[in-house]
Amino acid sequence: MNEVSFHTFRADAALAIANPHLQSAVDGATLKFRRDRLRALADLPDVEAMRDHFKAMRAATLANLSEHLEQFERQALAAGAHVHWARDAAEATQIVIGIARQHGARLAVKAKSMTSEEIHLNAALDEAGITPVETDLGEWIVQLAAESPAHIVVPALHKTRQQVAELFTREVGRPLSADDIPALTNEARRALRKKFLAAEIGISGANIGVAETGSIVLVTNEGNGRMVSSVPPVHVAVMGVEKVCPTWDDAAVWLELLARSSTGQPLSVYTTAITGPARDGDADGPRELHIVLYDGGRSGMLGTGYEEVLQCIRCGACLNHCPVYQEIAGQTYGHAYSGPIGAVLVPLLHGLEQYEALPHASSLCGACLEVCPARIDLPRMLLDLRAEEVARGVIAPPEQALEKSAAWLLGHRRLFGLLTDVGRVFQRPLLSKDGLRVPRRLNPAGKRRLPSLAPRSFHALWDELAAEEEAVAGAAPVKRAVRAPSRGRIAAVIGASVVPLVVLWHLLRRRGGKR
Amino acid sequence: MTDPKRVAIMVTCMVDQIMPEVGVAAVRLLRRAGYTVEFPVEQTCCGQPFFNSGFRAQAADLAKRSLDIFEPYDAVVLPGGSCAAMIRKEYPHLLERWPGGTARAEALAARTYELSEFLVHVAGWEPAPAARAPRVTYHDSCHMNRLLGLGAESRALLRAAGCEIVEMHESDRCCGFGGLFSFRIPEVSNAMTQEKVRRANTTGAEVLVSADPGCLMQMRGFAHQTGMRLAHLAVLLEELTR
Repeated sequence: MNEVSFHTFRADAALAIANPHLQSAVDGATLKFRRDRLRALADLPDVEAMRDHFKAMRAATLANLSEHLEQFERQALAAGAHVHWARDAAEATQIVIGIARQHGARLAVKAKSMTSEEIHLNAALDEAGITPVETDLGEWIVQLAAESPAHIVVPALHKTRQQVAELFTREVGRPLSADDIPALTNEARRALRKKFLAAEIGISGANIGVAETGSIVLVTNEGNGRMVSSVPPVHVAVMGVEKVCPTWDDAAVWLELLARSSTGQPLSVYTTAITGPARDGDADGPRELHIVLYDGGRSGMLGTGYEEVLQCIRCGACLNHCPVYQEIAGQTYGHAYSGPIGAVLVPLLHGLEQYEALPHASSLCGACLEVCPARIDLPRMLLDLRAEEVARGVIAPPEQALEKSAAWLLGHRRLFGLLTDVGRVFQRPLLSKDGLRVPRRLNPAGKRRLPSLAPRSFHALWDELAAEEEAVAGAAPVKRAVRAPSRGRIAAVIGASVVPLVVLWHLLRRRGGKR
Repeated sequence: MTDPKRVAIMVTCMVDQIMPEVGVAAVRLLRRAGYTVEFPVEQTCCGQPFFNSGFRAQAADLAKRSLDIFEPYDAVVLPGGSCAAMIRKEYPHLLERWPGGTARAEALAARTYELSEFLVHVAGWEPAPAARAPRVTYHDSCHMNRLLGLGAESRALLRAAGCEIVEMHESDRCCGFGGLFSFRIPEVSNAMTQEKVRRANTTGAEVLVSADPGCLMQMRGFAHQTGMRLAHLAVLLEELTR
């Protein structure tokens, strides 16, 4: 039932951490993106003011989302496009399949689209007898490997050239060398060129929908988005409803920040604006343009504490700066949306119960908020989702009981002092120079050494410290007694009753992890 | 800001139980800066562990408890950026559920300081350069850096005390602690910590300094993998200014 439970998340994370290739690939790529982002943003005269402006624009758009979407629809229709509305993934995929069937399509070429990953469009097309071919190089590699993207901007980040050579060899039916990367890319170009020419339909996402002209904007680096939207006779763009923006002035700010935040480019190599299908006399372009406006749970977030997450423009800066993502990469998140944005968005789209571990896949360090072009407060939303998990009982009852008892105990200072004194007695056999030596299997911290309780608490030291004459230079340091505190005997008695509880805690934790 | 010359110390639960020497050092530094330090003995925990793991009601109760304990004092100083950020940033909304709670919390927040912040900006204290001070590298703890905007203060104090600071690559990268995160998903937490300690190690500094007990506790879990000393800012400064 759980798609990403604590147990599966931890297991997948451990695999990713133990994979040296993945580690160096993620480290290298994210470090480059972090450096390039800083350099690219430094070009802007006042990037902080621009981010504030952008956030205000995104918030204002979402506050009147239906109005902007209706304007977008009117203008797109006037430009000759067809506009469809899809409530959920099933509706969206059915609309795309319907259009494909209407044109007798057997082959669909696709530009990289996170929305189409979200609705599992490829699987639906396959089932309907229409072969989808990804044409973004990274996305194609991931498709050939039957995997989900490891990063929302660079999907095949985790693949070695050897793995790519094997996948391409299987695809083209001839042995290809992993040592000749230009030859590999040429093979991809040749193979994909044939698909572009043969496909009856091109499918893309849309980075932006500009309401004042009913245009969509595609941001790509390989030019495949332009091929997908101009070579086949029919182009279908699936756009999340939150991607609408009122005017071209607004879109300009959006584009200033998108590529800079993402890959550190001032602009991506191709920025394609599409307004309607090909007009009479146009040399190329599709005869039909369909725009599918996809909701998929987004409108349900409007007016809630999570509305802000809809300001996301999928730049991936939060992934590149997240120390958790940098250790585990995207696939551990169990969804095409990974990193901090995925940790918030996925449970909102598909349910906390199915993705219970994701709101906890963060140390709340705040790096994501610091770099988000729209300053989306992801840490706050992670905290809110955790609170919802507690309120809805997603966090298992034994753990709830444990946390609540701990909080209660901390509200009773003397009892807390007594119990920690018990701990001082019982930790003795485990003491080492650097903390407690606990057998790995029993250590809830894994391979990290647990801290030991100090011989005496600050509370116990205070009387001596208060008496210390600090006015006199070179005051003697406080004596650190190693003897058991005077309450030791009572402590030992209480300890005898606490030990079974601690054992029980461990058992419950381990059982809880295996759901 | 008025200068009451009398402050309360909130040592934090981690310092109280695991590293009381940090509290001792903080008290001595405050005294050297000319302040009388009081220790309200009823104090335990600011509530952050519960707030961060979604237990809002429990966090609010502990916040209310701390508010009642520390409200009578003119200034509250903590040797920990994360707990200071909890009081400053989260108490005002957590205490909404009590009448007047937010206003009281905001008033407390306005006179709550992280130690280095207090020493530099309120006390105006500067340590004299020590005859022999170590080369150090400084870990910018996340909440202290991103929520309170502090870090330059620690560095200024270390430099004044005679330390040479060798910056590590991305000193603001999280140490992997994250409170209960370090137990819920220890595999990832530990990988982050090992990366942090590795980066600190490559600076060749003798001491890895942090102003946050949580980070220090976490990184000490891998202290056996490094030859470096891991020290709290207060402890090191106290030693250098004896």
